[in-house]
This record gives sequence, C-alpha cells and structure tokens, in this order.
Amino acid sequence: MNRTDPKIRPYRHPPEGHDPPNDAPGYRSTALRHPTQPLVIIPQTLSEITGPVYGYGRLGPMDHDLTRQHVAEPLGERIIIEGRVLDEDERPVPETLVEIWQANAGGRYAHPQDVHDAPLDPNFTGAGRVETDTEGCFRFVTIKPGAYPWKNHHNAWRPPHVHFSVFGRSFLTRLITQMYFPGDPLLRFDPIFTSIPTERARQALVSSFELDLTQPGWALGYRFDIVLRGRDATPMGL
Amino acid sequence: MLTLTPSQTVGPFVAILVPSQDRGSLVTERTSGPRIVVEGMVRDGADTPVPDALVEIWQANAAGHYRHPDDPRPSADDTFDGYGRMHTRRDGRFTFETIKPGSVTGPSGTPQAPHLVVGLYARGLLTRLLTRMYFEDEPSNGQDPILTAVPAERRTTLIATCESEGRYRLDLALQGTRETVFFDV
Repeated sequence: MNRTDPKIRPYRHPPEGHDPPNDAPGYRSTALRHPTQPLVIIPQTLSEITGPVYGYGRLGPMDHDLTRQHVAEPLGERIIIEGRVLDEDERPVPETLVEIWQANAGGRYAHPQDVHDAPLDPNFTGAGRVETDTEGCFRFVTIKPGAYPWKNHHNAWRPPHVHFSVFGRSFLTRLITQMYFPGDPLLRFDPIFTSIPTERARQALVSSFELDLTQPGWALGYRFDIVLRGRDATPMGL
Repeated sequence: MLTLTPSQTVGPFVAILVPSQDRGSLVTERTSGPRIVVEGMVRDGADTPVPDALVEIWQANAAGHYRHPDDPRPSADDTFDGYGRMHTRRDGRFTFETIKPGSVTGPSGTPQAPHLVVGLYARGLLTRLLTRMYFEDEPSNGQDPILTAVPAERRTTLIATCESEGRYRLDLALQGTRETVFFDV
C-alpha cells in the first residue's frame, strides 16, 4: 500500500542522506534510543499534510526579546538573529511559529538538570517565540550562548548554539534543529553537528554574521534562514 | 532548489521551551466530541523510561475534519486546534486530555480509522520520529489503509489499549521486542 491520494498535493522527501541518521555512534545517547527496525514507508494522507497552523494567540510582546523578559538585562554579548522561513522553492512561509531555547552567556541552561558549574543568570530564561510576518521573516534579540562541556566523550564541548523549533504548513514540515555560529572551532569536534552527513547540509545550520543587521553601539547581527520541505506543484495523478 | 535545513536533537533541556504541562489538554468546555485521556510511557532500549522526551499529537475533530485549509471540509471549531504537545514527566509518562477523533478521509477515498498522528523527539534522537496511535475498540482498524500496510506482527505497537471508559494507553518503545513502528512519510 503506497499509493498517494490523487487529491493530495504531496510534500517532497528530503534527499537520501540529508538528515543525520538516528544511529550515530559518535553521539552516545543515540545507542539506546535509535529505532533498530527500518522505518515503514507510508503514503501522505490528509493526516500528514495538515498540521497546526492556528492558535498562536498567546504570544507576548516580549517573547521575541530574550534580553527583556526580566527586571534587568542578562549578562553577555547582545545579538540579533534575523532570518526567513522558506520552502525549498524559495517561497516564504508566512505566519508560522518560530521558537528558540538556549543556554546563557556562561553556557548554562536555566534547567534543574543542568549541572555545569557556570553561573546561572537571574535575568535570563533562554526561551523565545515569534510568528513570521507575511514575507516569512522573523527576528529575535538575545545574548550569544556560551559553549559548555558535556559527558559524551573526553573533553567534549558543545559549540555555542540556539535550538530552533519551526512548524510550517503541515505536520511534515515540522522541524526542530540547532543554529550555530560562523567560524566556530568547536564545530568539527561536535558529534551532533558532524552527525549530518554532508558538508552542504551542515553549512545550512551555520548562521552568517551580517554587518547590515548589526546595530551600531548595540548588538551584532546574525542571519539564519530556515528551509522546510516543499510541495509538488500539482496533485499526484492529475 | 534551496538546501533543506537538516534536523538536530532537541537535547536534554527542551523543557525550557515546553514546560511539562504545556498543551497537555486540547479541549475546552465548549469542544464537542467524546472526551478521552491518552496516556503512555516513552521507553529506551534498556526498557528505561525516557524523562526528557517531547511528545506531540495532531488529530482531527470528532467529525473527522482537520482545522487546516488543506482539508476539503476544514473544521471551523475554534475550540479545538487538534494539536497538543507535552514533555514527558520524570517517570517517562505523558498524558493528553482530548477528544476521540472521527474517521478521516484516506487514500483514494478509503476512510482511515480514528487515529492521532504522533511526533516524538528526545535527547539522543537526531530526527523526529513519526508514528500513529489507533484505538483498540475501533472495528474499522482492520480496514485502515495505513495500519494494514504495517507488518501484521508489529501492528499492535500502534494500537492504544482501553484501560477504562474513555482512557487509552499506548507506550512508545524506541527499541526492544515491542519497538514502536515509526514511519517514513
């Protein structure tokens, strides 16, 4: 059973070997958590090509600015992250929810399970959300997260990164990923980043420094565009 | 074409974004349809509960319509989005309060048995895993075009058991003899 509904305009599959494999021995936590059975291929139905596109009414006015969610500003290097959510055909994805979470400037998460002895910052929670505009654009103000050690292997350090969660128009476009910073010497040692098979796909997660986005005397600007699965132009079989 | 943005793990601290009770309930007093509770536990290959997973569900309303413009008969019920997400608790469990979805149109007009689409993320998972949850007391499961595409001996990993009236349970196993069927869609 692998027929696609003639009325369904399907989403394209990611190219083979584009996403990281779930069985990635360099990243130790995958050992007991990756499925060992092959994925079962099924056709796209109404259940998959739809997805949550309404109901983001709870966005607060400061949700996009992680430096203004507390009584004072957090410590660290203030940055602007601006980008667009697009599909593979360069069409903007308007009015979709983009969410981020991250460590503070010292490389510590505001989470009780984070035992790294870098200081917590009472003025930084590290979560933000915003909806893209009609052109698919989003903008966050935050601080640059610090690198932090983890126990994956001897002398393991995560490169500074910002977690991104994006919805798009369907449950198939849903994506959770991480944004990295250009020129970071830790990237090539990081088994999570290098789990991505191709250099081209890896570079899609490295933001670019942009002087045009940088605000004089205030904050450095980084651009990070997010590309979600695109759709075939016409319904299958029509 | 542009290069797709690849997936990365949610890592261990996604609870900063999604506190444990975020969107665990999909219903309001005005939502129509039979109320159900869907619960389960996420387990790893050592049969240990996974306390740092994110579970997402997406479903139709009681009439089998999605609140989405691509549904030919989209739900206009603004009391029911059909989307829920929840961070697992320390014991690896999750619980959603929702309604039982209706039957949804499937390939070539074949009806699909009532089901939830389920997305699973965790530390140690580099991509999202996609699966479905069906209901054991649904006679139409036997004709469901997706369920019947799954090898017969593994189908039960997709079917929630009815624990009591309106209360269903399905555990999600990442590995092991009852490893959940995950889909490539």
